Amino acid sequence: MRGRGKVRETLQECLRNGNFMVGFIILLSVFLVAIFSGQIAHYGYTEQLVGPKFSPPSAEFWFGTDELGRDVFSRVVEGTRITLWVAFIGATLELVLGVTVGLICGYFGSWVDRVFSFLTDLTWCIPGTILALAVVTLLGKGLTNSVIAISLVSWASYARPVRAKTMSLKNMAFVETGTAFGESSFSLMFRYILPNVVPSLIVMVSMSLPATILSTTTLSFLGLGSQAPSPDWGLALSNGITYITNAPWLSIFPGIALVYTVLGFNLLGEGLRDILDPHMKSQ
Amino acid sequence: MKEALLSLEHLSIDYKIRGGYLSAVNDVSMDICQGEIFAVVGESGCGKSTVAHSIMRLLSGGNAKIEGKILFDGRDLMTCSEKEMEAVRGKEIGMIFQNPLDSLNPVYTVGNQVSEAIMLDRVDKQEAMRQAVKLFQDVKMPDAQERAGSFPHELSGGMRQRVMIAMMLSRHPRLLIADEPTTALDVTIEAQILEIIKELKEKNNTAILMITHNFGLVAEAADKIAVMYAGEVVESGDVFEIFENPMHPYTRLLMKALPRRTKREGRLETIDGSVPRILDKKPGCRFANRCPYASETCRSQTPGVTKVSETHRCRCFLVSDSSDRKGA
Amino acid sequence: MRGYLIKRVLQGILLIVAVSMLVFSLLYMMPGNPVDMIVDRKVSVEKKAELAHEMGYDLPLPQQYVRWVKGIVVDHNFGNSTRYKVPVLDLLKDRIPRSLVLCGWSLLIEMLIALPIGLLCAIKKNSFFDRFTVVFTLILTAMPAFWLGALLILTFGVGLEILPISGYKGPEYLILPVFALVSASIAGTIRLTKAEVLEVLNEKYVTTATAKGLPKRTVMVKHVLRNALIIVTVQVFMSIPWLISGAVVIEKIFDIPGMGGLLLNSIIVQDFPVVQAVLLIVAALTVICNLISDLVIGILDPRIRISMGGGDK
Repeated sequence: MRGRGKVRETLQECLRNGNFMVGFIILLSVFLVAIFSGQIAHYGYTEQLVGPKFSPPSAEFWFGTDELGRDVFSRVVEGTRITLWVAFIGATLELVLGVTVGLICGYFGSWVDRVFSFLTDLTWCIPGTILALAVVTLLGKGLTNSVIAISLVSWASYARPVRAKTMSLKNMAFVETGTAFGESSFSLMFRYILPNVVPSLIVMVSMSLPATILSTTTLSFLGLGSQAPSPDWGLALSNGITYITNAPWLSIFPGIALVYTVLGFNLLGEGLRDILDPHMKSQ
Repeated sequence: MKEALLSLEHLSIDYKIRGGYLSAVNDVSMDICQGEIFAVVGESGCGKSTVAHSIMRLLSGGNAKIEGKILFDGRDLMTCSEKEMEAVRGKEIGMIFQNPLDSLNPVYTVGNQVSEAIMLDRVDKQEAMRQAVKLFQDVKMPDAQERAGSFPHELSGGMRQRVMIAMMLSRHPRLLIADEPTTALDVTIEAQILEIIKELKEKNNTAILMITHNFGLVAEAADKIAVMYAGEVVESGDVFEIFENPMHPYTRLLMKALPRRTKREGRLETIDGSVPRILDKKPGCRFANRCPYASETCRSQTPGVTKVSETHRCRCFLVSDSSDRKGA
Repeated sequence: MRGYLIKRVLQGILLIVAVSMLVFSLLYMMPGNPVDMIVDRKVSVEKKAELAHEMGYDLPLPQQYVRWVKGIVVDHNFGNSTRYKVPVLDLLKDRIPRSLVLCGWSLLIEMLIALPIGLLCAIKKNSFFDRFTVVFTLILTAMPAFWLGALLILTFGVGLEILPISGYKGPEYLILPVFALVSASIAGTIRLTKAEVLEVLNEKYVTTATAKGLPKRTVMVKHVLRNALIIVTVQVFMSIPWLISGAVVIEKIFDIPGMGGLLLNSIIVQDFPVVQAVLLIVAALTVICNLISDLVIGILDPRIRISMGGGDK
């Protein structure tokens, strides 16, 4: 069990880890922008004709204006909220699905486990983005639906390690003691086994968040996620490509914002992996 | 006294780790002569394997800091270029490892892996294969011809170690380093492998440096012994001297831990605690925290090496007045 | 070896059957009647029933499934596109080769670049080159394929005006898309190759090879690269499905009339027969790629060749 000393040691290691710190600072800035988007943005993100159409970046319109005369800077700022919301919902959904299935399969084994393995094999057969496209077809367009679709196709990457860990923990003494005291299966899974999986889970979440954000943005870019007039970066980029020859700033700035955010998550994930799960590094 | 084939002079190895150096080997000196089996004994983590690997310059990466001299036939291997080392490895010094399965490449046949070494001496492929089969016969591999075409995972543990020995003997090195050669093997196979190693010493006058944690094995085969603890040689000498008259408290404890048929209860004695990781070189005896006789001096000052006899050395403050404690 | 292969083939077939069932039921998971999606809203109820009967939609589901599969296997009939009103096969005939050419070139170029870089990074770990590559791949993984595509269009198409930016009329039209697709997936391959080579470098048999006196070059090529290649080969084949999904986006940006673009449009207009056909083909392609990679590993790695082969030789 982790004592206070252990926590302090981990914190110190966080401060020493370059990747973690850079990622942390990047994400902190993104969060601050999202929280204070109202104060930072110059105009409302749907406000049209705040200036001339297609005006290039200038002192007044830092990132220029788009085909409807909207301020691109204000829209990019507002877009951070959407991206962070996607990351939050996506991670929660994937975690709940993946952890539950992983725990159940690892704990009960036998046919439950075999059905699960077959299902994951099935999802392997179709590449993630295409599968997500198929799911969106069923659910219909929209940001929420596309996050659900992405989570539905990527939860298996959580379930597999959780399952493996559960299998190895199931036979350990402290879990068996619990069994002897008559704890229910539910309580054994969630109170005895789950806490031991948490460090690996934190690492897994931070490693898979960038993928979730990128996939959702891709769906928006393809026109299946957020719909106009949402300031979603993917949608903005899809729009930007149309005018790329005469107004390149429409595709450049949302892209930079996206790469900056995803890079932050990536760095944070790498740092956390080194700190919390050093043996994973070799894999 | 015979001229030493290999001498280690004040060898120290430190690993650079986060926040300092880990002292893996400290001030180790030993001489190994032609035609003798020199055993280095100690618990796991005492640095014995590091010594073995450093002789062949096989310590990986740039994070190991090595000081001291490794003299082979009068030449300091530490100053050799990588190219010169290639000529020494296999040809002058052979080395066999603890786990023969991990140590053989899974994707080539064992015959291929042995003949690969032979071919380094400008021998053509067919001749090399023929010699490899001959070597397999020498190490008493059953069905040598057929086994040469097998992959490592198709062989038993004993057979794999025979392959390793054949491979390392193929170029007739003058020194063979055996790093825990029998740890992964059954007792019966262990005896056979030991027999091969002893025969090698008799027939070819090869010097053998044997790394082991098994005192029983040492008693059976070795001519000389060095006992290592936490990176230091605590006691060294002829095998009879050490067994008859162990001086260092650690050696004595190790001997007590030996299973003896004469002992009624047949219980293995264990030593409390474990080998410490030495992070900073502080003064004091490295064994002090586990030593039953440790005094204040032991904790505050570093013991030097005492000459017990011409061949017998010991690193302990108690050695000069240890006669009255004998048999404790 | 033969037993191992037969087992893998059977597994593959089972998977494809399962995928085909799912794809088939896609049509029925949608709210409403399949006929409604095919015909205009104005068509009368009687006419709809007639059509449903004609197309077999009134039969029990298992029977419909058998009919559907039979049509695909025997007559290569994936049904008619509800949007273009032509057989799906005709739509796919021209588009599949275009997508395959795009993916094939990308795969080839990616490997030619990624393998040497990965190997070099592992051997010269912590050198300037390695550190640079680490940072570079980190940034590359943060970039979505479509933004990379946009940047490429900006630089080479709009800025330098040396390459065409959209359409598919000749080989030069492929350069930017291939470049974009490679950039989108190369980071992972470099990292994997590096990790794999590093892992092999730590193997004890590499120490043995050095200990018996082999020159460094021989150790690297014969012992390290040879073993690292086993995993990298798997990765090559596993990455094909990834390329295909990447191609969906790339085809949209560069306006290439390939399979990905077709899938996308069909999803948007809910042209189900086309969606079903593309999903099936992609799944079959993935299974086949996995089979080939199993076969190649079997050849490269004697452990699998023998242990999976059933019985000693």
